[in-house]
Amino acid sequence: MNNIKQDHASASTEFNKDEAHVDWHDETLWFVRSKRDKAVFQIPEWEQLREAGSQIKNHVLSNMHDYLVEFEKKATENGIKIHWAADGQEHNEIVYSIIKNEGVNRMVKSKSMLTEECHLNEFLKEKGVEVIDSDLGERIVQMRQEPPSHIVLPAIHLKRAEVGETFHQHLGTEKGATDPQYLTEAARQHLRDTFLSRKVALTGVNFAIAETGGFVVCTNEGNADMGVHLADVHIASMGFEKIIPKVEHLGVFLRLLARSATGQPITTFSSHFHKPRAGQKMHIIIVDNGRTKQLGRPDFRNSLKCIRCAACFNTCPVYRRSGGHSYHTAIAGPIGSILAPNLDMARNADLPFASTLCGSCSNVCPVKIDIHEQLYKWRQVLVQEGHVSSVKSLGIKSMSTILSSPSFYRTAGKLGRFLMKNSPFMTNNNLNVWYQHRDMPDVPKESFREWFIREKGGK
Amino acid sequence: MKVALFIPCYIDQFYPQVGIATLQLLEKLGCEVIFPLNQTCCGQPMANSGFEHLNKDCDNNFVENFKDFDYIVSPSGSCTLHVKEHLHGSDEQASTHIRKHLYELSEFLTDILKVESLSVQFPHRVGLHQSCHGQRGLKLAQMSELVAKPFSKTEHLLNMVDGLSLMELDRKDECCGFGGTFCVTEEAISVKMGKDRISDHTRHTVEYITGTDVSCLMHLEGILKRQGSAIKVKHIAEILNG
Ligand code: SF4
Repeated sequence: MNNIKQDHASASTEFNKDEAHVDWHDETLWFVRSKRDKAVFQIPEWEQLREAGSQIKNHVLSNMHDYLVEFEKKATENGIKIHWAADGQEHNEIVYSIIKNEGVNRMVKSKSMLTEECHLNEFLKEKGVEVIDSDLGERIVQMRQEPPSHIVLPAIHLKRAEVGETFHQHLGTEKGATDPQYLTEAARQHLRDTFLSRKVALTGVNFAIAETGGFVVCTNEGNADMGVHLADVHIASMGFEKIIPKVEHLGVFLRLLARSATGQPITTFSSHFHKPRAGQKMHIIIVDNGRTKQLGRPDFRNSLKCIRCAACFNTCPVYRRSGGHSYHTAIAGPIGSILAPNLDMARNADLPFASTLCGSCSNVCPVKIDIHEQLYKWRQVLVQEGHVSSVKSLGIKSMSTILSSPSFYRTAGKLGRFLMKNSPFMTNNNLNVWYQHRDMPDVPKESFREWFIREKGGK
Repeated sequence: MKVALFIPCYIDQFYPQVGIATLQLLEKLGCEVIFPLNQTCCGQPMANSGFEHLNKDCDNNFVENFKDFDYIVSPSGSCTLHVKEHLHGSDEQASTHIRKHLYELSEFLTDILKVESLSVQFPHRVGLHQSCHGQRGLKLAQMSELVAKPFSKTEHLLNMVDGLSLMELDRKDECCGFGGTFCVTEEAISVKMGKDRISDHTRHTVEYITGTDVSCLMHLEGILKRQGSAIKVKHIAEILNG
């Protein structure tokens, strides 16, 4: 995997140079979180619904093999071609071979975070295949040659003026135009041409149902349907964890997903696909790409319950103020920070530390992933596996020595409040960093312990 | 009732007045308070940095100091939570005993002492900073994310104080950005989060920010002082002790 340009902390420092923009970003996402709150508080049984979602997913994780086999069998009976991809590369090659087989060099794609994870667009570009993302937000970031910064709202880091400028450059809209209606209409016209001229359409999968071999794709723009209804070939890419056992379970997940994602009671389009229509070909690519490995990690396996609603992003006080790109991984935010180290520990060692462990993510998660606990556990793993700098290790080790010994601690304290310099959070003599924007408390005349001994005679 | 006091290292070194207020308050409420002198730290700073494995000696020291008490009280939600979740000294039985018998101060006042009234005054507008570990970890108050009945042990206690007006905030349980080593390793975000918390309190014209965690308050106070703000911070023990 590529090396990262900047770690989370430096990228965030960069992002925070424009404080007004950070405020806007924070408030925009907080608004989504508030909408989610309003929507879920209308459902008295919300917490039971989360519990049900979580239990179903846990059950699937424990019976993955059986459900995948069942799904493959049913889908094949329905006339869908199933492909298995061990990793991103294999996934991309399968997609390419299907496109090549059709004798075309263009494809339309609705939102699929999995293809971001596999870097499909870059791969196909190199092969001379043009991919147009049909989700509006995806299209915007694609034109700007940026990755999405959010899994539900890919262009949420951009203000209207920036979108206007992008459209001006790429779609020839008027310079300086920011009217959303005007801009959306321009995008719509441009995408309409794309839809009409593409023979191959790729979609993601939100839920794949083992008992029927069908799958559901949720969008708000209807772009997935538009793409596949007009195309001769429909490719659906899914991570294997998208499986749910029965159709009736959709009643749990569709309710959880839309409310958690955007505060809507249901996504505008929940499209159910079961078999290719006459004359159409349908492929499903089931991707592993590290998921088996994650499934084998007892502490982290339940991160695979994720239904990609992004509620954890919207509630995360760090994400709201650092922006999605600071996470340098396809899936940003709290969930990204527990998924990414599984794929590449060295590259993503900074991410589990990009959190205050406030726990809000775990509370909003519709499938009850203990995200903040996994962040804590990844920290332990990353240190044990040697992915934390030796300077930091040294600082922590000496701190640990002092704090493990009452006499050291007391002597250190007497020698001028050692915590001033070696305070636990000042590892590595980071006092200067603290001082950039904060003062330290005044040093008291005596410590509590000294007061206690003086006042109470040490008893 | 015999109570052992656990005073986290920040409080011992920087905010002794919080330890003193806690001790006096517990004594006023009829407790016999003991302060085991060889205590140092709960080990959280190491553990949250990924070095939990270095905590054996620190944990053993903690166990040695507190194993003989049925009530251990601490004026810090964060340290209390850490011990409750992660204390594993060599003597596992003693560690379990401690994990089960350690209380954050406002939790102890509410659930064990069942305090229903206090004769203290604090005629000021106060904003409550609901620290995450106390709230989401120890469940000192209902969390805004959950569809569940609201309650707040801390607010309940503050409401017993004469003259104190608790001001509503826009985001009542947003993190302040302290986060242990996060406050220096992710300095930009940490400070921005702190500033945003402070703006919320400022908008609601508070005179004092109070809370159950000195670490959060120290971070907020650091920013307030730098801004030259008139808002002061006070740990909840200081207000309840009068
Ligand atoms: S981890 Fe939970 S909250 Fe975050 S995207 Fe996944 S399902 Fe949604």
